Amino acid sequence: MGIDIRLPLGALFSLLGLILIVYGAISDPTRYQQSLGININVDWGIVLLAFGLLMLLLARRGARSAASAVRKP
Amino acid sequence: MTGIDWLILGLYFVFVLGIGVVLKGSVKTSTDFFLAGRAIPAWVCGLAFMSANLGAQEVIGMGASGAKYGIATSHFYWIGAIPAMVFVGIFMMPFYYGSRARSVPEYLRLRFDEKTRGLNAISFAVMTIFSSGISMYAIAKLIQTLHVFDGVFRRLGLNSSWIFDFAIVISAIVVLVYTFLGGLSSAIYNEVLQFFLIVAGFLPLSYLGLKNVGGWSGLKATLGPSFTHSWRGMGHANTNRLGVEWFGLVMGLGFVLSFGYWCTDFLVVQRAMAAKSMSAARRTPLIGAFPKMLFPFLVILPGLIAIALPTQPADPRTGVVANAPPGKGIIPVKVDATSGATMLDKDGKPQLDYDLAVPSMLLHYFPPGLLGLGLTALLASFMSGMAGNVTAFNTVWTYDIYQSYIKPGATDEHYLWMGRASTVFGIAFSIGAAYMANHFNNIMDMLQLVFAFVNAPLFATFLLGMFWKRTTGHAAFSGLLAGTAAAAIHHGLTLPAEALPGIKGGWLAIIHNYPSEMAQNFWTAIFAWSTCFLVTIVVSLLTRAPEESKLVGLVYSLTPRPEEEPLAWYARPASLAIMVVAGTVLLNIIFW
Repeated sequence: MGIDIRLPLGALFSLLGLILIVYGAISDPTRYQQSLGININVDWGIVLLAFGLLMLLLARRGARSAASAVRKP
Repeated sequence: MTGIDWLILGLYFVFVLGIGVVLKGSVKTSTDFFLAGRAIPAWVCGLAFMSANLGAQEVIGMGASGAKYGIATSHFYWIGAIPAMVFVGIFMMPFYYGSRARSVPEYLRLRFDEKTRGLNAISFAVMTIFSSGISMYAIAKLIQTLHVFDGVFRRLGLNSSWIFDFAIVISAIVVLVYTFLGGLSSAIYNEVLQFFLIVAGFLPLSYLGLKNVGGWSGLKATLGPSFTHSWRGMGHANTNRLGVEWFGLVMGLGFVLSFGYWCTDFLVVQRAMAAKSMSAARRTPLIGAFPKMLFPFLVILPGLIAIALPTQPADPRTGVVANAPPGKGIIPVKVDATSGATMLDKDGKPQLDYDLAVPSMLLHYFPPGLLGLGLTALLASFMSGMAGNVTAFNTVWTYDIYQSYIKPGATDEHYLWMGRASTVFGIAFSIGAAYMANHFNNIMDMLQLVFAFVNAPLFATFLLGMFWKRTTGHAAFSGLLAGTAAAAIHHGLTLPAEALPGIKGGWLAIIHNYPSEMAQNFWTAIFAWSTCFLVTIVVSLLTRAPEESKLVGLVYSLTPRPEEEPLAWYARPASLAIMVVAGTVLLNIIFW
């Protein structure tokens, strides 16, 4: 009913991932001493973006198979 | 908090509220509002099942226990949750879902009688209000302690003493808006979102922390076996950090408390009742059990790392920390809120504020950006827990109290309206409870104690009700009362070590001392359960047996086995249950 939760989930995590990647790329590298020298914003941003895109993909697939299920009686 | 952190928090709010707004259109009947139209897929219900239980107190509290007791805290998951989640999915869900009861108290009315339902409905409704109030208080206090909003308040020229009120009001409004608009489906969808956010916010913490201390082997070397084994030393209460022996742990936590919560608490069971089919309802707790099994690595591990780190921050270029003796780690000492002085234990040593273990870790490792995500995760955990309470409250209030005792026979529209209205006043009461917790800590401690007494015997009633057709309504009711009384009496007669008679026990007389508060809690539960079990059996045999024709669909021996949907072998409830149990056994062996 209502919506496919994978849609907002995918959108939110893709956006979060993008924000972290962009911010991580432009922020001062010395900030990352506290995260053991790892630019954790970029790294984790990539993971979140990948997860978000996967959810969007699954949601699209789900919508397609639902649509074809409706067409076939 | 910097601009980027606010951006992330703001984005989260937009999505959470957006889900409520979008779902508003699909709420047309009271069933849509209270039971999500019984149309939610199993995996969504499963994650919500787990997430509704995952309040901020759990995230903070499990990290605190990790720092205090070590990996043995995982017993609260591997012993104290998984077996019960499997049991409710396989054995109990057919009756909850199959009876078409709209709530757990309503099941009690169908199976037993009106008075048993009334007792359960009223105590449950009061309990949900207070527990969401207490968690609201906890999160507001935390926000205040971490000084996350201080910068903004200073810039806006606001008094920083308002931060506590601001945190309470803002979190209450957000939860109110989305549960008011979309009802249970909105709460469930948000719980899924919140589940993934909690993982996204805490996983990098465990990763960075573990890397910093040299992995699990580094942690073992630093903290020693008492922190890194979950079963070693469980033979006797004095040889493990929990202060409980294995029998009290397995029976008290693993059986009575855990089954009492996961199998009878409407807050979680409601998520399964919203599932779209019987098989989806049965799979709900089983699917939830998979992440539950792994959550110790997200919420307990950071606590262990916090205690293992040297008090001085490690050299960031070399990363790995030299072996330091077990000590304070990065956990700050407890400070008296009014005087600002360090609080000391009875030996004159400073006490540690274990509740700050996880928040200190977030501030220690996360740079701006990820810090926003971490704090959002904390807030998300709070909201999912609170929404769980709110949706359970409005359903029990409307169906089991209002429709049953105040205004029966009204239109469905009217009950839908009442559901929305009770969402508003339920949250208003919770805010009141949060302020009460702030002013009268003792009252809250006492209330939680009373709730523990009421809850402890519940599973005996359900177990007999579902699996013994001879159990009668009078027996269930008197068993519950006797069990609660037994819990209170046991608590009044025993005292944990190093505690004074009063709220901690021993208020009648002291006939036994327990090595720890945890041991006392577990044994209180064992006594309550056993009393309820025996009294229910005896009274059942003394009263007239219920008519069997009325028990079809409610009792095991009188209900046809649920038909299996054609599912792939690995997706069937029984296969999922076997996988979960095998995984849990494996984890127990690894962390023996």
